Amino acid sequence: MTAAVSAAAPPDYILQAQKVTKRFGGLVAVRDVDLEIVRGSIVSLIGPNGAGKTTFFNVIVGILDPTSGHVRIGGQSLIGRPVRAWLEPVVWFTPAVVIALLTALLFAVTGTPAVAALGGAIALFGLAAMFLAAIIRPRRYVALLTQAGIFRSAKPNEMVHAGIGRTFQNIRLFANMTALENVLVGMHTKLHANALDALLSTPRARAEEVRAAARAEELLALVGLAGSGDVVARNMPYGDQRRLEVARALGSDPTLLLLDEPTAGMNPRETADMMTLINRLRTDLGLSVLLIEHDMRVVMGISDRIFVLDHGELIAVGTPAEIRTNPKVIEAYLGKPPE
Amino acid sequence: MSAPPAVRNGSSGGLVALIRAHRSISVLVGWALVGALLPFIVLVPPFSTFQAQSLWIGGFANSGVFILLALGLNIVVGLAGLLDLGYAAFFAIGSYTYAFGASSFTGLHVPFWPMLLVGAFAAATFGILLGAPTLRLRGDYLAIVTLGFGEIVPAVFLNADTYTRGTNGIGGVAQPALPFLQFNFSDPVPFYVTMVAILAVVMVFVYRLQGSRLGRAWMAVREDELAAASSGVNTVTTKLLAFALGASTAGLAGVFNASKLGIVSPDQFGFAVSFTVLAMVVLGGMGNAWGVAIGAFTLYEIQSVVLKGLNQFFQQVQVPFLDTIDFVQYQFLLYGLALVAMMLLRPEGLFPSRRRQRELHQVSEDVADVPPPTAALGD
Repeated sequence: MTAAVSAAAPPDYILQAQKVTKRFGGLVAVRDVDLEIVRGSIVSLIGPNGAGKTTFFNVIVGILDPTSGHVRIGGQSLIGRPVRAWLEPVVWFTPAVVIALLTALLFAVTGTPAVAALGGAIALFGLAAMFLAAIIRPRRYVALLTQAGIFRSAKPNEMVHAGIGRTFQNIRLFANMTALENVLVGMHTKLHANALDALLSTPRARAEEVRAAARAEELLALVGLAGSGDVVARNMPYGDQRRLEVARALGSDPTLLLLDEPTAGMNPRETADMMTLINRLRTDLGLSVLLIEHDMRVVMGISDRIFVLDHGELIAVGTPAEIRTNPKVIEAYLGKPPE
Repeated sequence: MSAPPAVRNGSSGGLVALIRAHRSISVLVGWALVGALLPFIVLVPPFSTFQAQSLWIGGFANSGVFILLALGLNIVVGLAGLLDLGYAAFFAIGSYTYAFGASSFTGLHVPFWPMLLVGAFAAATFGILLGAPTLRLRGDYLAIVTLGFGEIVPAVFLNADTYTRGTNGIGGVAQPALPFLQFNFSDPVPFYVTMVAILAVVMVFVYRLQGSRLGRAWMAVREDELAAASSGVNTVTTKLLAFALGASTAGLAGVFNASKLGIVSPDQFGFAVSFTVLAMVVLGGMGNAWGVAIGAFTLYEIQSVVLKGLNQFFQQVQVPFLDTIDFVQYQFLLYGLALVAMMLLRPEGLFPSRRRQRELHQVSEDVADVPPPTAALGD
């Protein structure tokens, strides 16, 4: 498959991690890992415990900043080592401070309180304007920062904007909210009602809420939770909670879904259901999936490509058949055979 | 698999369903009813023995200030889960904004109604300024920083003598003006009516926020910040908005309070105010707007009427020992006792939101292993 793709046009990568390294003090948790995900494929990341899978995962979802290397999503480098990130607060506060100082100077010279009041007001409004710009047009704001030579590795919520949805290894639902509300929070980036819309209850906001609720019900039905919208997440059975996490991740209409051990703690039947679900996500929604998984039946069953990590380094890449017979992988999992 | 939604709606009954469908209208109607009935309820014997009707109404207008504060703090503490111990600072900023904008001290005479918005806006700005550097902190640490802020703001107003007249405070603050309502110090009714109107509008806003995209984001941040961020919620701006909107409500309260008292001085905004409002929110039931309002109202009336009434009563009847106690002096001791009792007996408050109730009874429910449909009905 890979040969065919590389022989034709350059492959359409949805995510490209290049030489990602994450160091914690002296410990190198992930070293120079390259990982590509072709659009529409299911890719697995496996490795023994402590191999650095979760660290790598946390880097590509924006929770940890990498020590070096970067991650490109759809051709755009979103994650990398921050460059001059400390300049951002300086950019924020310098104009206000300069205005305030000038005002103080003017005030000292002229002695009119009106000057001080006006200057103070301008400085305050300047800060407020920066703040509003950062809220209302976040991506434009980040683009401006990048033009100014300030690179800030993307935060988890910005990765969601870039089209990445994720689930957690230990279920992290909003336990006291209903299933429907959980999915609605997942749809946060797809909704546009702001605080003012909410306060005035504008027709736009109300129509959006109705549409959002319908869409959330659809997503619940898609993962097999039709009709449980009103059940509090905490009261759901374990398998349903896992499905609800997937539904919540789908809320943002991601193009790439990252699943961290989606079948952990599931019985064989629930595992089989989950595999069917993951396959359907690809065929029906055209999603690409990156999977961290320990259950080899799942990994071998649905992956197009498998990446194997050990001690923070990539030791093998290939199709399930190649990985199964790869001596390095066998060694990593079972240890060296006695000489 | 689990209870179909129809079961739950069926259990809530016709009236409740109607109220849910038209929340804003029912809140307005509710406040109109409360506002119209309260002045007459106090004419009935047990209440009429305490004090005259006009004193009651003036007291209600004052309690409205605390209800407003409690509703605002409820957004920060109850919905977004950020513990704010310096909430009185925003109250002070609203008050001083009005005092600067409409008193003989500065010579400016901006009318009351636009100043309500200006006061709210000024408080919101400071809410953001306080929030921006501190939002990385969580729980206890955030509480300590806000506590400091709550102390600093009155201290600044106290020490900036030239601009605020220090301890004397700024007097001669203007009263609201309306063509059909005459505002003056001797007649509390116009203030009462204004307060009820402000409360009704604020409560509608609170309910609308609660059910909106922003309200859900607040709850998500409170439940699990990392999961919220991974769902696309910008946790920084979400928390800042909670601070800003909570502070703006305190700003409204500040403007109203300044115009009602006619004077603004730093001693009105001590830690006692922050603490009292927090106690009101906790006792009333975090997260539930009506519960919080009732909690604030009850606590205010207890401290301003019931305790005084107790003093008078015991002195008249001449109960030995009890008639020597000044109950008003012990009000904070009583708050403390009430809070401790509350935490032991009913940690979710008197009138909790369903969600809070679920949270706080998590452990017992998990142990009892209540099946989902029953739990949904029980809510």
